[in-house]
Amino acid sequence: MTTMAFPIPRPTHPTGIWNWITTIDHKKIGVLYGVTAFILFLTGGIEALLMRIQLAGPNQDIVSAEIFNQLFTMHGTTMIFLAIMPLSAAFFNFVIPLQIGARDVAFPRLNAFSYWTFLAGAIILKISWFTGGATNAGWFGYAPLTSVQQNPGTGIDYWIVSLQVLGIASLAASFNFLVTIINMRAPGMSFMRLPLFTWMTFITNILIVLAFPVITVALIELYFDRSFGMNFFNVARGGDPVLWQHLFWVFGHPEVYILILPAMGIVSEILPTFSKKPLFGYPAIVLAGAIIAFMGWMVWSHHMFTVGLGPIPVTVFTITTMAIAVPTGIKVFNWMGTMWGGSMDFKTPMLYAIGFVAMFTIGGISGVMHSMASSDAQQQDTYFIVAHIHYVLFGGAIFAIFAGIYYWFPKITGRMYSETLGKINFWITMVGFNLAFFPQHFLGLDGMPRRIYTYDASMGWNLWNGVSTAGVIILAIGILIFMHNIVKSWRKGELAGGDPWDGRTLEWSIPSPPPEYNFAEIPTVYDRDDWWARKRREVRRGVPVAGGSGEDEHHDIHLPQPSYWPLVVAIGLFIGGIGLVYPVGMYAISMVGVFIGTVAVYAWSFEPVNDPEEGEQAAH
Amino acid sequence: MSQEHQVAEEHAEAEVHTGHPTPLTYFKVAITLSVLTALEFGLFYLEWLSYGIIPVMGFLSAAKFLLVAMFYMHLRYDNVGISIFGRDVPIFSLMFVAGLIVAAGVVFALMALFAFFTGGA
Amino acid sequence: MAQATAHHGEHEPTTTGLNHRKMLMWAFLGSDCMFFGTLIATYLVYKNRSITGPLPEDVFSIPVTTVSTFVLLMSSMSMVLAYAALTRNSMKTFRIWLASTCILGATFVGFQVYEFTTFANYEHKVYCADVGVKELTPLKQQLAEKCGTEDEHNGVVEEVVGLTPRTNLFGSTFYTLTGFHGAHVTLGIVWLLSLFFLSFKKGMVTPEKNLDLDLAPLYWHFVDIVWIVIFTVVYLFGVFPGF
Repeated sequence: MTTMAFPIPRPTHPTGIWNWITTIDHKKIGVLYGVTAFILFLTGGIEALLMRIQLAGPNQDIVSAEIFNQLFTMHGTTMIFLAIMPLSAAFFNFVIPLQIGARDVAFPRLNAFSYWTFLAGAIILKISWFTGGATNAGWFGYAPLTSVQQNPGTGIDYWIVSLQVLGIASLAASFNFLVTIINMRAPGMSFMRLPLFTWMTFITNILIVLAFPVITVALIELYFDRSFGMNFFNVARGGDPVLWQHLFWVFGHPEVYILILPAMGIVSEILPTFSKKPLFGYPAIVLAGAIIAFMGWMVWSHHMFTVGLGPIPVTVFTITTMAIAVPTGIKVFNWMGTMWGGSMDFKTPMLYAIGFVAMFTIGGISGVMHSMASSDAQQQDTYFIVAHIHYVLFGGAIFAIFAGIYYWFPKITGRMYSETLGKINFWITMVGFNLAFFPQHFLGLDGMPRRIYTYDASMGWNLWNGVSTAGVIILAIGILIFMHNIVKSWRKGELAGGDPWDGRTLEWSIPSPPPEYNFAEIPTVYDRDDWWARKRREVRRGVPVAGGSGEDEHHDIHLPQPSYWPLVVAIGLFIGGIGLVYPVGMYAISMVGVFIGTVAVYAWSFEPVNDPEEGEQAAH
Repeated sequence: MSQEHQVAEEHAEAEVHTGHPTPLTYFKVAITLSVLTALEFGLFYLEWLSYGIIPVMGFLSAAKFLLVAMFYMHLRYDNVGISIFGRDVPIFSLMFVAGLIVAAGVVFALMALFAFFTGGA
Repeated sequence: MAQATAHHGEHEPTTTGLNHRKMLMWAFLGSDCMFFGTLIATYLVYKNRSITGPLPEDVFSIPVTTVSTFVLLMSSMSMVLAYAALTRNSMKTFRIWLASTCILGATFVGFQVYEFTTFANYEHKVYCADVGVKELTPLKQQLAEKCGTEDEHNGVVEEVVGLTPRTNLFGSTFYTLTGFHGAHVTLGIVWLLSLFFLSFKKGMVTPEKNLDLDLAPLYWHFVDIVWIVIFTVVYLFGVFPGF
């Protein structure tokens, strides 16, 4: 194999910070994703806390109406694109190659590129707070609120560019994981033997691949309207703002499933493990996931029932929306069937997983309530919707993500978290969450609109708003305990060993934390829940179960070396993106970004490969 | 290159590269594509066809689309199935057709929602 | 795109026996279907909703676009022949076909530039004698209204009514859709040119790597089939006011 002479050598064994900057190891990238997204989750939480403090009592003036608009828009955008999606991506990164018995993802450098591009998009969104006001048109940015006449500042432009950059990151990651799951499964790991989390990741990534181009086009059109005076959403020239709503929700509804399917996958891993039973109705759950992904494309207009679509579209979308509750219901019953008669072990991940099932069901039921258009007309744009979305995304997605963090924490760090603190954390979060969001159902049915920065004392909303704010503060305390637990345990928790939960899937068959090459020998899979089955087989045959214990011998396994270029391409995208925000006179900046990006793409392509044979010569 | 690698590569070669067509086939496809385009151009000026031209053109362009996808993009030859729910699903076609179907669905749904077929805004 | 021209020596056996990069390319193409699908949806939804002219029936020249369509179809043929030459290890033939693909692609982009400039400087004449004989497009009606009132026109009204992205909804949607298609073609040309120059470097473009080099052709043919759809839906159907 010829290696091209290339001016900049590939980093070989970087240490310290360079180790993290140039890494293409899926496990390290997973940790980077997780830590970054958690910090961004906190910023979104602070935005929410400010809003709740403002709304704690009537006629308060803690933040102005302008700031309040920016707060709820940034809170929504942050939580969806910068917290839940990348936290799910953290699990994709860390867990998927381990679950399918691979040494890395299919495109390790592309994986690093996804992370750095995500970071670039996140920074672009967050710096808009300091450049003359963040976006303030709601997370779905309805036209014509986003038109340049209504909204002349740069806030909307930062939002557009940031979402585009984040879209590139998500798409790159999705292509990568699709190929990884299809093409890097261990021998014997057929599709119907895939762990459920891998299945749900697979479906999620199909949704991302198909849904993100839609929002990309919508944002391009909006950008052209704002920057070049085109007419897409300009009513004066015949444009139709309702088209924006359609395009946004054609993307937005699959996006909802992009947020919740990985959570369902995580829960489907945890419930069987802590019930000591195989997952009840595996094919049904897989099929339900696939049906959700397919039907997710047929329900988008239920976000727009009050727009005036006419009776036929409203009826059609009411029916499809009610129908999509069925596969979700199937999953809930399967999870209950999994726990039924199991010997349940109420460790923290299990508590969070059960919390997920309960809270998500409540959110699902209020969702079915506004699938009925006539009922939705009453609930549209009230706090009832706010309550619903937080039950499915906080009580649903975030609870599952916490469950996942606790569940895989020993695998990621090699250390065990404090079970006592974990349980305290769970119960405080659970109580705080329900105090914060359940009263919002009452507020909504009482007619309190969402996105108002204050309300009058005579409206009768004082009590439940006060309770809700108190709940959020309790919730925040719960999160602080969680952080304390994680940081403390990461430093000096007890050593966990390879398989602390008597796990079922392949990631528990290797030491914790996993060695860089993951599997000393690529396993051959004979069963669904292969590791569980292998342990039982070996016990029956009287062979001691060896796997899971740390083996420190040196394995001659060659992995791709780290690379600078993914980061450089992401820097190019960042600079180019910032240039797009200021189209007048700043083309120069965009060109600099494009130049850096192009050079880096070529450098990436011609980067010398660490030849297996050469590596061997160097090692010996 | 180690023996193992070579074997793997040969395996991949054998899987994927058996029966790619000859340049002559490619050339025949090109001729067909040209004829179809010429046909479109000719039919376009037949005024008596009126709106009947829409299904005809739709059919012709679908034929061109399929020819390029099947022969030039090798969809006819390259598909390897993966087994999902006991069925062999050709993976490249699946990826591409999924995009096509959802895209077509979205296009038609949006046209219907904006009263394209029923006339009037 | 970043993976596009990567020349790795990774030949790991994969679960399905299919090449990683090729699979990524197909996933990308599925995704790109949605991209163009959304652009086409916007175009169709806004068809017949422009408040002012010019409209498709005013500006389109079907013969010109038929020729450019033909050019792009032929570029697909030369692309696939280049690929076939590479698999047979005849580098010279490979380079010839690759270069012709680039030239044909560039010709197509040239047609597009020509078309865009013509549309932007679109000049329209109405012979007042013909007014009322046949159905007029809205733009012609607009112009024809001036026939009776102003004598100095001598029976002919002539005006430059250029179509820019700002003019009307048709301009915005048409230029965005075809512009992004043109950008795809341009990117494809850059990619193919990179391969062309690389093929002079020893060991960079070889028959053994033809699996990886299948990506650029796939992308190229995809851009071609997108144009097949655009040609029919936008151009051929475009001149029907009622469609």
